[in-house]
Amino acid sequence: MEESKQLEQFEAKIAAGQKIEPKDWMPEAYRKQLIRMMSQHAHSEIVGMLPEGNWITRAPSLRRKAILLAKVQDEGGHGLYLYSAAETLGIDRKELLEQLHSGKAKYSSIFNYPTLTWADIGAIGWLVDGAAIMNQTALARGSYGPYSRAMVRICKEESFHNRQGYEIMMHLAQGTPEQKEMAQDAFNRWWWPSIMMLGPSDDQSPNSEQLMRWKVKMESNDAIRERFIDRTVPQADFIGLKVPDPAMKFNEKTGHYEHGPINWEEFFEVIKGNGVCNAIRLKARVEADKKGQWVREAATAYAAKQAKEKAMA
Amino acid sequence: MSDTQWPLWEVFVQGNPGIPHKHVGSVHAPDAEMAMQNARDVYTRRSEGISIWVVPAAAISASSPEDQGAFFEPANDKPYRHPTFYKIPEGVKYL
Repeated sequence: MEESKQLEQFEAKIAAGQKIEPKDWMPEAYRKQLIRMMSQHAHSEIVGMLPEGNWITRAPSLRRKAILLAKVQDEGGHGLYLYSAAETLGIDRKELLEQLHSGKAKYSSIFNYPTLTWADIGAIGWLVDGAAIMNQTALARGSYGPYSRAMVRICKEESFHNRQGYEIMMHLAQGTPEQKEMAQDAFNRWWWPSIMMLGPSDDQSPNSEQLMRWKVKMESNDAIRERFIDRTVPQADFIGLKVPDPAMKFNEKTGHYEHGPINWEEFFEVIKGNGVCNAIRLKARVEADKKGQWVREAATAYAAKQAKEKAMA
Repeated sequence: MSDTQWPLWEVFVQGNPGIPHKHVGSVHAPDAEMAMQNARDVYTRRSEGISIWVVPAAAISASSPEDQGAFFEPANDKPYRHPTFYKIPEGVKYL
């Protein structure tokens, strides 16, 4: 079939709300963009395990420790769903991990900020996962079947992450003055990075129109950001935390909050690799991979031995 | 075989007794036993299943989307396979 005809059918399918499946014809630009997005997303999940993993041994109670362990395990699981979904597009997980470890592939800017106090774990669940959910619920309606199905699954699980984070913040905000101060301090440090992680304004991205038509991107970054802010500001008010944006105000006419200017220079610096923790995160990832090598080798050897014994029996 | 690229296994999970196993995703593992354990950890952390099948992805043959029309065509001209094809007079019961 001619390519123009195939493209026409492909676009008609998407316009009709049908999903594109791995063996279906797809334009090369669609495949490439999805591999880029899905692998960045997968990398973000497994790099996201690092700032929180940092606090597992120092969680303030057994309950908090068990919850944090389960959350970090979820992030690993989310990484796996996404790597396996990306593999349906004809790329190997191994290749994707090499791109991450060599610094060629990107992951979310947010994980290059440090987790200084226990309240940061609350702020991450509440704000970072909260912002991620806004983005992911949109992506769950995307056109690529395996990605969309992985997103549905991930969104269900993220809801626990979001709520446990808010609960941590609520307890601290209702605690001693020192605890409340700790909560406010974490909020101050994570607020701006969280609203930045949803990405720059779309007018800066030349491909947006096509990606929207192909349902790779479902909504503009600004629309997602607005929804996140509208939902989060009242949550902060409820527990008595102050949004660290003196310009933030509610617009009665539009029904939306309006925020002050975002420091995009900081965002692009972090993306370029100049954030506080970029080097530490990448080093930890590469080391984890190296340290796990004997486990993978042992598993391979064990499987070979089992197969041999089975053959002889 | 590189150490991070074990064979791929497709994972099917049965959610409740009596319903079919449903495809949920895939895992890499060196053998069936470990594929099963990985599948349990990745796809049933919240009691989503009571039974798991893991199938080597290479063992699955799938129909291709291009032939979709022709491949399923034989069913298209046989409406008499459906009960609604037959006109039964009103008043006749239990048919």
